[in-house]
Amino acid sequence: MMPMTTDPSPGDGSGDQLGPLVLQVADVSVFYGDFRAVRNVDMGVEENKITAMIGPSGCGKSTVLRSLNRMNDLVEGARVEGLVSFRGVDLYDAKVDPVEVRRRIGMVFQKPNPFPKSIRDNITFGPKIAGVPKGSFDEIVETSLRKAALWEEVKDRLDASALGLSGGQQQRLCIARAVATGPEILLMDEPCSALDPIATGRIEELMGELKHEHTIVIVTHNMQQAARVSDRTAFFTTEVDPNSERRTGQLVEFDRTDLIFSNPSDERTESYVTGRFG
Amino acid sequence: MALTTTLGDSAGTAARVAAQLEARSDVRGRLFKFVLAFGLALTLAILVALVIGVVTDGWSVLTTRFSSFLSSGLRSSAGEAGVRQGLQGTFWIAIMVTFLAFPVGIGAAIYMEEYAPKNRLSNFIDVNIRNLAGVPSVVYGILGLTIFVGLLKRTSSSSGGNTLLAGGLTLAVLVLPIVIITSAEAIRAVPSSIREGAYGVGATKWETIRHHVLPYAAPGVLTGTLLSLSRAVGEAAPLILVGAVTGRLGGSTGFFEVGQFGERFTAMPIVIATWATRPQEEFSVSNTAAAIVVLLVFVLILNSAAILLRNRFERKRSGR
Repeated sequence: MMPMTTDPSPGDGSGDQLGPLVLQVADVSVFYGDFRAVRNVDMGVEENKITAMIGPSGCGKSTVLRSLNRMNDLVEGARVEGLVSFRGVDLYDAKVDPVEVRRRIGMVFQKPNPFPKSIRDNITFGPKIAGVPKGSFDEIVETSLRKAALWEEVKDRLDASALGLSGGQQQRLCIARAVATGPEILLMDEPCSALDPIATGRIEELMGELKHEHTIVIVTHNMQQAARVSDRTAFFTTEVDPNSERRTGQLVEFDRTDLIFSNPSDERTESYVTGRFG
Repeated sequence: MALTTTLGDSAGTAARVAAQLEARSDVRGRLFKFVLAFGLALTLAILVALVIGVVTDGWSVLTTRFSSFLSSGLRSSAGEAGVRQGLQGTFWIAIMVTFLAFPVGIGAAIYMEEYAPKNRLSNFIDVNIRNLAGVPSVVYGILGLTIFVGLLKRTSSSSGGNTLLAGGLTLAVLVLPIVIITSAEAIRAVPSSIREGAYGVGATKWETIRHHVLPYAAPGVLTGTLLSLSRAVGEAAPLILVGAVTGRLGGSTGFFEVGQFGERFTAMPIVIATWATRPQEEFSVSNTAAAIVVLLVFVLILNSAAILLRNRFERKRSGR
């Protein structure tokens, strides 16, 4: 597989070649019915790195994220064109089972959504339906909770309801739940936007540790967060479609995070990261 | 220096502001509240009056010959007549409704909410099911007579199709639309965040429904089934049309005998309606009231069981 160069922008000579890619996104557009929500996205997700997607509201970041593990399949009328490939396999090929995709590419959502069950049951649900033998459940529960930096806080009440946890704890539980199936990639859709700054800080710390074993793609509204945690950043914006007056999202620039924030190639990127618009 | 000075002429200003902030008399609000409370009180009073009236009227029968009242069948003599056959019929009708209408109805609701594509056809079906829920029960009686009794006529000669089975099937069909609608509402109310969470860890649609959607929707579904069951157990018109017996019901069938489904039958609402129209006061007042009390207790037991189950699911859901 050819390492992909950074998204071509005029006069762009910055950025090094990407490392080994785990996900490749080539000329992807996502439609909801007739409406093209985001167009012509070209980017790659490197293994064991954190890739951030930033941009103003409505520019398709979450849509692109959800198309990486076929969560858009759940939306009626959603359609993906282009190629999303995971280690060389086209994820939208007819032979590919979206259920299996989601076991390997997990997702954490914006608002913490633990199941209304016990902490233990939250974590074991994924492995259970994947056919993992029950004997290993205790170990999976502990490993996942340790990875999510939640073990010490809940180890004595694993059978208590997950709904009794605070917002930050619930989100860490959702992260533990997502890693319990042993995914290679973790997709995080604005995971901290519903949390207070302290909880946010803990989760950002967590991401730094998780990336050693997993690849992380994060959508965030908070560009300082992207600057803090990510290795690569993709900047999206919207353009108004002259025909329909609706906004279609597009990828503007995709590069090393430090370059995006210190020396972006596109002036739209520069306007956004310097706060001239948001 | 801390703020110690107040603005303006303190005494006069404070008095003026206090007057402005003073509560005004809200006559309309108080009147409205009274009307609402009165409505509630009136409803409760009517219910209590009904129950007291019925218990009073049936007191003599219930206290003097309670066990024989429960164990005797339909008789022409008021002092010997009892509700056994009526209770038996009602009991088995309740069982049939539970095992026929609930699985089919809940299954239909799951299909409509989770699997069926949202198009004009599914909309059309949805509207029609809602309409069916409003169809008068006597119409279901005619349906039961034509279809179920007609079908069963061929199988058993003695009863001519007017069997317990036909009665149970008719009432199951009657409550089916209600079960579907209430279950569908309960399933629709399950937050999409829970489904997303399940799909997100690689659950199939059925796994999501079975482990997350249904348990979450269970309290709502149970409430719907509870209402349906109570309704089915109280219906008289359809049973009249399907040929429930009002006079004597010959032959004593054992409570658990399978053969009774192919035989003629009666049920509590029919027994009550029949006795109420008899000329003898012993029938029309005492026996009727006693039978009503028995039916009320029966429904109460059913309701309590369902409520206990519902509460258990609700506790599980909110994590207590």
